[in-house]
Formats: sequence, structure tokens, C-alpha cells
Amino acid sequence: MLIVDMEKCIGCGICEKVCPFGAIIVPTDTKKAKVLENCTLCGTCVNACPYGALTIERKTVSKEQLSQYTGVFIWGEWEKRENIPHIKNVVLELLGKGRELADRVNEELTVVLAGYNVEQLVSTLFHHGADKVILAEHELLEAYTTDGYATVISSIIAAKKPSIVLYGATPNGRDLAPRVAARLGLGLTADCTGLDIDKENQLVQTRPAFGGNIMASILSPYTRPQMSTVRPNVFKKPKEDKTKEGKTEIFEVKLKRSSIRTRILEEIHVLDEVVNIEEADKLVSVGRGIESKENIKIAQELAEAMGATLSGSRALVDIGWLPHARQVGQSGKTVSPNLYLAFGISGAVQHLVGMKSSDVIVAVNNDPEAPIFKVANLSVIGDILKIIPELTKLVREYNTKKESEEI
Amino acid sequence: MKIIVLVKQVPEADKVAVNPETGTLIREGVASILNPFCEYALDEAVRLKEEYPEKEIEVIAISMGPPQAKSALMRCLELGADRAYLLSDRKFAGSDVWATSNALSLGVKKLVPDFDLILTGKQAIDGDTAQVPPETAEHLGIPQITYGVNTKIENKKIVVKRETEEGYQIVSTRLPALVTMSKGSNIRRMPSMKQILEARKKTLEIVSAEDIGADDTKVGLNASPTQVAKVFAPPEKGGGEIIDGREEPKLAAKKIFDFLIANNFI
Repeated sequence: MLIVDMEKCIGCGICEKVCPFGAIIVPTDTKKAKVLENCTLCGTCVNACPYGALTIERKTVSKEQLSQYTGVFIWGEWEKRENIPHIKNVVLELLGKGRELADRVNEELTVVLAGYNVEQLVSTLFHHGADKVILAEHELLEAYTTDGYATVISSIIAAKKPSIVLYGATPNGRDLAPRVAARLGLGLTADCTGLDIDKENQLVQTRPAFGGNIMASILSPYTRPQMSTVRPNVFKKPKEDKTKEGKTEIFEVKLKRSSIRTRILEEIHVLDEVVNIEEADKLVSVGRGIESKENIKIAQELAEAMGATLSGSRALVDIGWLPHARQVGQSGKTVSPNLYLAFGISGAVQHLVGMKSSDVIVAVNNDPEAPIFKVANLSVIGDILKIIPELTKLVREYNTKKESEEI
Repeated sequence: MKIIVLVKQVPEADKVAVNPETGTLIREGVASILNPFCEYALDEAVRLKEEYPEKEIEVIAISMGPPQAKSALMRCLELGADRAYLLSDRKFAGSDVWATSNALSLGVKKLVPDFDLILTGKQAIDGDTAQVPPETAEHLGIPQITYGVNTKIENKKIVVKRETEEGYQIVSTRLPALVTMSKGSNIRRMPSMKQILEARKKTLEIVSAEDIGADDTKVGLNASPTQVAKVFAPPEKGGGEIIDGREEPKLAAKKIFDFLIANNFI
């Protein structure tokens, strides 16, 4: 609950001004802050109080109290493409997994859709398995900001008491989820690769730990909701069923410009970095074995001949030979293309966790002991600088032949 | 002006392995380093100090960890931090993200209550969660800007160029604030002999849980909402066909080509 320290409170009224819910007031007679029943514990006033007079006290919840929290929530992140809002792929992937979890405990699956003019996205969410959408619209939510979204999402969680909340581990998801977790005093497990329900109906969150060399299963036994972030491409997107419908609930947002402390001054779209290796069907991926920046060109040529996208390991990104947007692995992107061609990548576990769910993996490396061979469907020991050009030649010859046949 | 850099000591990447039989970590002989992203944050703080001499910037490095994490802070001092503190106490052991960020925020409030800016790395290369900086900002009640690549101070504001999925954004916020850095010079600099000697004269203090007013409701295993239930070695995919193409790269290329054709990839 929200506690007012009467000695520290001077009745300045800042809390009353910043509260998005009108849930804290400073009556003229007492001149001390008073918390009303509609307080959602969103924490905005705690941050705003210049005198440190407000604190949120959280007690660990007993097993009986835990059962008051029901339902699986997913943060419905969206992005604008050509000025039209689109729901992010990772949200649809989470709907597949979320459906499975909700069915296991026989509870509702809800998407929290915060934004502005995003109502058109609701039906897609139903078509992919949501029972319910909580629609929270406000003009100050038109662009993502930490403060705006953290306030709204925290308030909805505090008011609706879900048992599980899932976020896509996108840049914004990773910016938002920890902020909410700290505000509500909750556990948060990053980059889960597995989610399951145990016998006691607890969420079992599995993630790579210690740089991915070991897997850890993590529980949040005493707090609710249990929260996780999941990277794109870890779970499969469910099939769309256009006949499915659901309930839409409007959540009234009262947000003030003054409670959003950051300002976006400029957006810079960089063409080369728009490349989306997460959505590519085929990846030609290069590692340290490429030896020089110039040699990346030969891999690029193969990728072009095959209609594949170029990606790479952390080593090349760290020395600046490839942009970060092309990095596969735990500190880059998780990918699951139909085909992953790994050239000169030894396969540190951090890399493997980022690509091992690819359908088919072909690896070429001069070290017979390279760990990447353990996950490959076809392993070739050899010199990539000799093999890649030969392979490009074969692919080009084949393409030319096919074109002439088609004519 | 006071800039705090929060840093973490991590095992050198790629060198931790799992014993496949026991499932336990093999950490022997693995060197510990200052997390590279934290080093970017420290570089940025030192760069700001040099760029704005009129602001008389003091750079303070703070870390939480076992006593040996002093060496990561020593590196910070060698690279230009003015003083450093290590929050080190058995009571901090077992802290998850929530408890760690709580300890760091209590440390900040106690040790440098009048700070203007906190810089951190975007994530540590061992845990890769990227969660401690935003949770620390929340505990301190200050705004955050994540994935920064460059910062500028303008009056009482900080202007940050930050990476986004589409490119970059220029974002500003009023100080005090927390900014996480995702890029840096990428060059591991070697401090000069003079810097190494000077670092030894700077303050590097060990701070206990009691010193910062942290009890077991705020830090350590008991204060951590998440608990590790089980650890295990990652499952291995079964290996496929292996071809030795060291003698005949042409033949190896042909075999890959045939495999790709057979699987309809070309």
C-alpha cells in the first residue's frame, strides 16, 4: 500500500498534480496527502515527491493470496510501418505460447494494447488466440516513452491482478519491463527460451545463464504477477483463425505531459541498419574465420546469389566489420530461418542460443572441434575463403541455367 | 557536477564452460574483466569530463560484487574515474535483478546523494539481462534513456543519441537521469604507467550492507523475488553428416551445393 510519512509531507500538492488517477489528494484542512481507494500503486507520486514522503510498501504474498491473481497478460507492442500501426510479430508469437499457458491453468489470455489510434489492431489479436484485449488509448501514448508506458502498464497490472505478464524482449520491451518490475516489486526473468507451468501452477521460466553456457529454470514463488521477457523468434507464431472473436475492454488513461520526462527530438532512420535478419528465410552468416573486412564481400556475393541475407557473429560486430543490426547471438538477434549457413563461426554458446532453432544448419569451419558442428545438419571442415567462392560459382551457374531454361 | 558510473566485473566471454557430466560450471583459469559495456560508460563519463572542464565533473565508479571485483574498479580508476566504491558484503549474496538494483540505488543515495548523471553499460555480457539499469533508475525515481551511443550536456539536460530498431533517436531529459551505453570506442586502451600509479592514490572504498542501510528485506537472496529452481547443461542437437573438405575445397563446395538443392534452398 501507499504510505504517507506525515512528518515529511508538507502538503505541496505535487502528488495530486501528477497522479494519473486522481487517487491522491491534499485536503485544504489537513494540508497532508491523503490516499484514496482508487490508488493503483503505479508509483508516479512516489517518484514525483520532492520530500521523500511517499513510499509503497509491498509484502510478500501468501499462497492463498497468490490465487487472487489470475490470467495471462501480454504487452501488445506495435510499431508504425509506412505510418500504419502493425502489431509486432513477437506479440503474435507470445499469443501462441500464452494460449498454451492459459489453457494449462484454465484462465483467460489478455493482450494489453496501449497506444493511440490502435483499435484496428484488436481483431488480429483475437485471430491469434487472445480472449480479451484491454485497450488503453491516449494521445501521449502515440510514441513509446518509458514514463508514459510504464505508468499505464503498471496501473493496469496493479488494477487487474494477472498471474503472468509476458513482454517481447525488443529494445522497448527491455526498456519497459524492468521499470514496471521495480515499480511493482516483482521478479522479472529476461530472454526466456522456455515457459512452462509446474504442478503448483507456477510459471517455470527457463533461460540461458552465465553467457549461455548453462540453462537455468527460474520461479517467482512469492510475488504476482510473474513476469518474463521473450526474444522474437523463440516461439512459433500460431495459425491465424479469422473466425475467432473476443472481448474488448476500454481502460481509461489519464496521463499528463509533465509525467513524461523524456522528449524525442528527432528520429533518424538508417537504411543499412533496417535490414531485418530476424525475418529472413535464409541467412549467410560469417564469423572470425573471414579474416578481413574485405573478405566479407565474398560472403555477401554468395548471399546475393542465393537470395539470402548476410549476418554475422559478435566478433565481427565488435571490431566494426558488420553493423549491430546483423549480429546473431545472445547480445544480438535471435533468428530461426529455414536455412542458416555458418561460415567461420566456431559457435560459442552465446552464438548458438541465437540460431539453433533454425530449421537447417550448414556449418563450414577449419577447426574439426568447432562447437557449431554439434548443432549442424551438414558440417564441412575446410577453408571458407576457398569454399565460399566455389559455392557462389555453382549457385550462379545454376541460376543462369535456370533462367535460360525458363526463357 | 557528479557523474556516477555503475560497473560490473564479469568472467571473460567465451571462456566459461560446463562440465557435461556434472552440469557444473568450470570457472578455473577464467580471467575476470570489467564488463565491456561498462567500460563504454566509463569512457563516456571521462569524455564528458574532458569536454566540459567548466563543469568540474567528478567521475565516481560504483560496483557491487565479491572483494575481488576491486580489480574492475581499479581499472576504472586507471581509465580516469576519480574515486570508487565497492558494495561488498555476504548479505548481498544471492541478489537477483530487483535486489541488486535496490542495493545499487541505496549505495548511490548514501555515497553520492547529489549526483547529476548515472551512466551504465546497456547490459553485462555474462547475464545479458539489461534489467539492472532501468530497475535502478526506477528505485531512484529518475528518468532513463537506454541504448545510448553518444551524450551531450546542455544546461540541466542531457541529450542522448540512442539506437532504435530503425536507426537512431535523439532524446533529451532533465538531470538527474540514468543513461545506458551500447557503444564505445571499441578499443581496449592500455592506461599509461602514470595513470596506473595515480590510480593507486585514489579512493577505493569497500562499503558494507549496513553502511548503506540495507537489510535482508532489501538485498540478498531473501529480498529477491526470483529464485533459481534448477540449472542444467543446454541440450545438444544431434550432429549431422560431416565432410572433410580440407584437401579439396571444390568438392566440399559441390557437396554443400547438392545438399542445398536437395533441400530446395536454391
